[in-house]
Amino acid sequence: MAQMQFWDAVRRAHDEEMARDPMVIVMGEDVGVAGGTYKATNGLYDSYGAERVIDTPISENSFVGIATGASMLGVRPVVEIMSVNFAWLAMDQLFNSAAKIRYMSGGQFTCPVVVRSPGGTAHQLAAQHSARMEKVFMGIAGLRVVTPSNPKQAYGLLKSAIRCADPVFINEHERMYNLAGEVPDEEYFHPLEGSEVARPGRDITLFGYNISVHWCLAAAEKLAKQGIEAEVVDLYALNPLDREGIKASVSKTHRAVIVEEAEAPVGVGSEVMAIINEECFWELDAPPARVSAVNTPIPYAHNLEDLVIPDEDDVVAKALEVLGRG
Amino acid sequence: MDSDLRKKLLREMLFSRRFEEQCYQDYQVRKIGGFLHLYPGQEACAHGVMAAARPGEDYVITGYRDHVHALVCGVPAKEVMAELYGKATGSSGGFGGSMHIFDASKHFMGGYALVGGPFPLAAGLAMALKMQEREEIAICFLGDAANNQGTFHETLNMASVWKLPVLFICENNLYGIGTAIERSTAELDQWKRVAPYNIPAAWTDGQDVEAVYAAAQTAVNHVRTERTPYFLELKTYRFRGHSMSDGGAYRSKDEVEEWRKKDPLEVLLDRMVDDGQFTREEFAAWDEEILSEIEDEIVPFAEESPLPDPADLTRYVYVEDDPWVHGGPDAQGGA
Repeated sequence: MAQMQFWDAVRRAHDEEMARDPMVIVMGEDVGVAGGTYKATNGLYDSYGAERVIDTPISENSFVGIATGASMLGVRPVVEIMSVNFAWLAMDQLFNSAAKIRYMSGGQFTCPVVVRSPGGTAHQLAAQHSARMEKVFMGIAGLRVVTPSNPKQAYGLLKSAIRCADPVFINEHERMYNLAGEVPDEEYFHPLEGSEVARPGRDITLFGYNISVHWCLAAAEKLAKQGIEAEVVDLYALNPLDREGIKASVSKTHRAVIVEEAEAPVGVGSEVMAIINEECFWELDAPPARVSAVNTPIPYAHNLEDLVIPDEDDVVAKALEVLGRG
Repeated sequence: MDSDLRKKLLREMLFSRRFEEQCYQDYQVRKIGGFLHLYPGQEACAHGVMAAARPGEDYVITGYRDHVHALVCGVPAKEVMAELYGKATGSSGGFGGSMHIFDASKHFMGGYALVGGPFPLAAGLAMALKMQEREEIAICFLGDAANNQGTFHETLNMASVWKLPVLFICENNLYGIGTAIERSTAELDQWKRVAPYNIPAAWTDGQDVEAVYAAAQTAVNHVRTERTPYFLELKTYRFRGHSMSDGGAYRSKDEVEEWRKKDPLEVLLDRMVDDGQFTREEFAAWDEEILSEIEDEIVPFAEESPLPDPADLTRYVYVEDDPWVHGGPDAQGGA
């Protein structure tokens, strides 16, 4: 088990799958000659050439559509959209084509296309480069959505997504590409459904995904110093969400806080709360709560940006409130 | 064009005309639901082009006015009709309807309801064919109004840069839904809009199936041998409204009547009669046969077929039992 940075784990998954299957290709802006904005495709152009590592023009909707069309005939495209903000432009092809072709053809065609894109707030990138769009993608039937919180997941989720016959959207994070973590030396396939207990506990469940898992883990450390054993559940799959995993943890701890980097309306938090209501309402000792961003576009000034985005201390405060110790 | 091919095309176009008219009738009595976009007037386009291509082998994709494109690719008419009836025996099992006819076995890659949506999908099919070193081509049939979408420009650009074997057929019927082309589009000649992308482009009379066939031979031959894109504009007209909910207020009766004089069936039939190859009596006899086939076989098949099984409601949302969802075939009980 070697330490590996997030970007390198993504690169390794590409490399292994491209070496195995000549139908696996990579497409996106600057993925080839330039090596990828976050280095996630670094070196692939030299190994596999321009025919399989395709630098696209800045035409997000149509290159996602081209990848989708190619996938209908057995190509396995992995598309990088440089920033999730630009993925708004590709929603037509992703939602109207990739997510629906299997269904509306009565199962005759599948679209095994993978779209990876980093979202989230980085540092002073302002309103049009700081979107947290997972809430939009996770509501589309036919499109699987996963979001890795560490290099092992980044590697294993991409490996599985490339081989899965369904279209998969992988929500990465601009601030996490240099995150280091252990990745198995041997080939590893992470499930595309389910959730993981990132830290076991008994007093309260902190649900996180992607970057907010790290805020939850940091908050759990601080809570432990107050004698509170928080369980951290990593929702690496956002569509479908892991109803059983959510139910199991809440049935154990009886309290829940959902932590998301996105603004609250129509988000992961509201959806997890709905699942808790539907699956295990009578297990609750207190109303579930959520920690979310302030509902604004992201401001540029660093002091304002800091105000918008939650952090581990917000998680601690909310957990104490739910525990009746706030 | 020799007499045999003329006869074949005339017969097939007549079948398509009568099929669509049957749809019109069945929609009026609500046997067909949803939106319905009919093809009469434009038959020479799909039939002429595919006569020059390889139906059932080349990969065809189109918009929502898709019944006849499916038929020319060899999708059985009764399965198209059953799809319109929302039946399990339909070409998409009742999951698609009029706008989403699909048939993998005939390489008919579907009808799509977002205007301009199939452009990139077509280029993607061509990319796959190129990667797999196959000799089939991708053929994308869309209307003039689709050329006002970004996907038109984006896709032409990439198809040209990447040298993809895709043939774009523009059926210019002069209207985008209910808005005339001159009110929506700066350049009326659609083939001229392709020049900046360094893709060869041509146009011809879309009411004359022989002209379409000749132009399509050049077009198909280019894409098949050069393995690069080509764009062919066909000037045509739809006799009925955009869809069944179209009141027709945006165009005059005189205009429609003028175009009806250029009915593609009549254009070809007149020529064949003049050349002594066919008679109007023979044509009328065909018509009887076709109407009987539709009435006695195609409609009853659709009528009598079962509805889709409610148990299949969620069956095609995701691939069933894909092992990679759970960590691969060697995984033991997931994570």
